[in-house]
Amino acid sequence: MSESIPVVNVDEPKVDIPAPPSFAMFRTLAVIAMLSGLFVVLVVQWANPYIAANKKAATEAAVFNVVPGATVSKTFAVENGKLSVASDEASGELVYGGYDDNGSLVGVAIPGVATGYAGPVYVMFGYSPEKEAVIKYQILTMTETPGLGDKVVTDENFLANFNHLVARLNDAGTALANAIVTVLNKSKQHPWEIDAISGATITSTAVGNAINDAAQKLVPVIVSQIDDIKAEGAK
Amino acid sequence: MNRPDQYEQVTPDTFLRGLWEENPVFVMLLGMCPALAVTNSAINAVSMGLATTFVLVMSSSLISIFRSFIPKQVRIVAYIVIIATFVTIVDYLIQAISLNLYNSLGAFIQLIVANCVILGRAESYASRQKLGTTVVNSFGSGLGFTMALLSMGAVREILGAGALFGVNIMPAGFEPWVVMVLPPGGFFVLGCWLILFAWNKKRKEQALLNNAVKGGAA
Repeated sequence: MSESIPVVNVDEPKVDIPAPPSFAMFRTLAVIAMLSGLFVVLVVQWANPYIAANKKAATEAAVFNVVPGATVSKTFAVENGKLSVASDEASGELVYGGYDDNGSLVGVAIPGVATGYAGPVYVMFGYSPEKEAVIKYQILTMTETPGLGDKVVTDENFLANFNHLVARLNDAGTALANAIVTVLNKSKQHPWEIDAISGATITSTAVGNAINDAAQKLVPVIVSQIDDIKAEGAK
Repeated sequence: MNRPDQYEQVTPDTFLRGLWEENPVFVMLLGMCPALAVTNSAINAVSMGLATTFVLVMSSSLISIFRSFIPKQVRIVAYIVIIATFVTIVDYLIQAISLNLYNSLGAFIQLIVANCVILGRAESYASRQKLGTTVVNSFGSGLGFTMALLSMGAVREILGAGALFGVNIMPAGFEPWVVMVLPPGGFFVLGCWLILFAWNKKRKEQALLNNAVKGGAA
């Protein structure tokens, strides 16, 4: 058995299409690329201040929401366990002090993140140093299932968990005395536990994890430098 | 290059074709990806449609202006660069207008670059026609795309959330069909619209055939 390779007719009549000189191609692409670059730069220059303002407004709205009563927010950056005043455009690990009209500290807004059912769940929660507790929380962005996972935004019983969720430090001041945990629906026994929504346990747990991780790390820093944060409000 | 007599005159049809007869989504089945992905609410659908229309009209115009200047061998590269420019511009504009809108449209803004409605218009129309007709025609196509997205987004939002443009319109006892705002809902609704368009086309063809038969007999 021998297989024959089909003969390809290599002598097909060729139609000569004159190729344009490569110079024309380079010239065209260069002109188009330069024009494009110019357009993009102009638009970016124009849009950047608006985008920065939008981002600031979004963060501020979240801070004022999770720290009820706050009317002024100040940004702090946390680096190597030290907290310092940061500009509005700062990146990295940030917390936000919420102050009332008199400049006294109402609470600190802390962002956190944990993995939910369909992707990361970004939250922001208000921590009151006075009450040593979480006082409110909200979702920043998430991609959880509509109708199930997104109940963490609307379910009133779930939201009530965060009216006074205890986040007290241990005696050494290095971590929370009791980790914040999400427990199954209707089995909450301690003030540091979160009652999960039945049917949205994974997302509820993600919210709990996000708050716990951020609180374990940032609350000790905030408490140790609480005087600095308070002082900033008077400025 | 085309001879001048191949240039199309601007007629109402230049514009209307894209809306109905050559509707990008329901007839030509182009741009399926955004049509399925961002039509879970009417407002997302309209924003995506308008963003695409902007990119479509602007890039088609530029391509039409440059049509005799772009060598055939590098035309696709040139089109993509031009389209990508306007997509970047739209990306920044939407961020400047509303961050919420930007977050809900997500990666699909950047993906307008790969939307075959736009490349299709560039290759089959803008590169062969004068600026005026190109603007009219691509604007029609863009609006056709927006209309298609809106007709999907409206159905999905009404059934999936009981609302239209965020305003509740269903009676209080209505239990939302959550599946409609989830990805499968996109396929259901798209399928229904395609059936409707195919049925309408068939009916028209049948009517034409009947008329022809009658005409022949007379």
